[in-house]
Amino acid sequence: MYAQMVKSTGEGVKSREEMSPEEAVFQDRIDADVKIEPKDWMPEGYRKTLIRQIGQHAHSEIVGQLPEGNWITRAPTLERKAILLAKVQDEAGHGLYLYCAAETLGVTRDDLTEQLLSGKMKYSSIFNYPTLTWADIGAVGWLVDGAAIMNQVPLQRTSFGPYSRAMIRICKEESFHQRQGYDIMMKMAKGTEAQKRMAQDALNRFWYPSLMMFGPSDKDSVHSAQSLAWKIKIDTNDELRQKFVDQTVPQAEYLGLTVPDENLKWNEEKGGYDFSEPDWAEFFDVVKGNGPCNKDRLEARIKAWDEGAWVRDGLLAHAEKRAARKVAAE
Amino acid sequence: MKHEWPLWEVFIRGQHGLSHRHVGSLHAPDAEMAVKNARDVYTRRNEGVSIWVVEARHITATSPSDKGPMFEPSESKVYRHPTFFDIPDDVGAM
Repeated sequence: MYAQMVKSTGEGVKSREEMSPEEAVFQDRIDADVKIEPKDWMPEGYRKTLIRQIGQHAHSEIVGQLPEGNWITRAPTLERKAILLAKVQDEAGHGLYLYCAAETLGVTRDDLTEQLLSGKMKYSSIFNYPTLTWADIGAVGWLVDGAAIMNQVPLQRTSFGPYSRAMIRICKEESFHQRQGYDIMMKMAKGTEAQKRMAQDALNRFWYPSLMMFGPSDKDSVHSAQSLAWKIKIDTNDELRQKFVDQTVPQAEYLGLTVPDENLKWNEEKGGYDFSEPDWAEFFDVVKGNGPCNKDRLEARIKAWDEGAWVRDGLLAHAEKRAARKVAAE
Repeated sequence: MKHEWPLWEVFIRGQHGLSHRHVGSLHAPDAEMAVKNARDVYTRRNEGVSIWVVEARHITATSPSDKGPMFEPSESKVYRHPTFFDIPDDVGAM
């Protein structure tokens, strides 16, 4: 759900009778939990859906550095600064692992970058919200990374080998992110009245955007049905959202903070909380490009790409020159 | 945009005297930068004591369609495993 609303073939899941012999063998492997590797035969729809999903996931990691990077120079202590720096560096790493996984499917890194910068490919809606105070950095780690973990842990079992391996690496590092966020929230929530207000305000602003990260309900979506059959999606959006709420509410209570939802109530029968849906009209508007920070985020990425061009070209020219010199010397 | 840095495969030796193991890939203009990038991307948490990088285009791999002829012959040669032979307990450790 760093990848939201990834479109699949749009045709729904094929029955066994409709499958070609190759497709049937492919589906058998997936059903038997045998990983698919880049050189193996795969349906074109599987390849394309995965490129969309992994690409969107990678873009989210990269753009996700921006709201947090915003606070590196203003972290309250040197220790907090070093920790935040390490976390943002991890996000860059996660983006790289995922780009590499996508590239094994035959798309180039430059292609993916171009599609992000042109707006053709999306990144998670959550990163279009601003980080206004230091408590927001806590809320991002706790809620945003918490929601990410909820999605990524099952994806470690995804059917495509390189994606699964990237997820395993990422999950190992992600729990550091969530804990550092909660640590900030604990400090703020037990601090002065002003700090406590700041923590509550951060929770108020990030709660619903975090619920949106899972995407709208997809229980009737043909795209999701296909992705579930191919095991590139493991749980439905609603299942993940419910798990996230159930896990997070007690954590908010421990902090002494109030989840901004009057309808939040434990439901004994289903063994989970009842809660309000986020404002889906707002979600679609943010995805369309009208969130508070969409413009800033994309501009920052375009600036970094354009202003880094001379470095990329220069290093390549240097490498080519040295290689040519070596050949000449031999 | 058309000048993409080449792709490198990264292999890392963990801390326990193990072989280098493939951990992932990255882009870099040359070998020296590939090693530096590999350090930053793949060893942020003491994952290794040594790094190999090799440009991906230099790797020759078996093709999935050759899997049968390549690997199935060994399946019928169980005598290559020590457990194939019954050695009496009286003989002692062997």
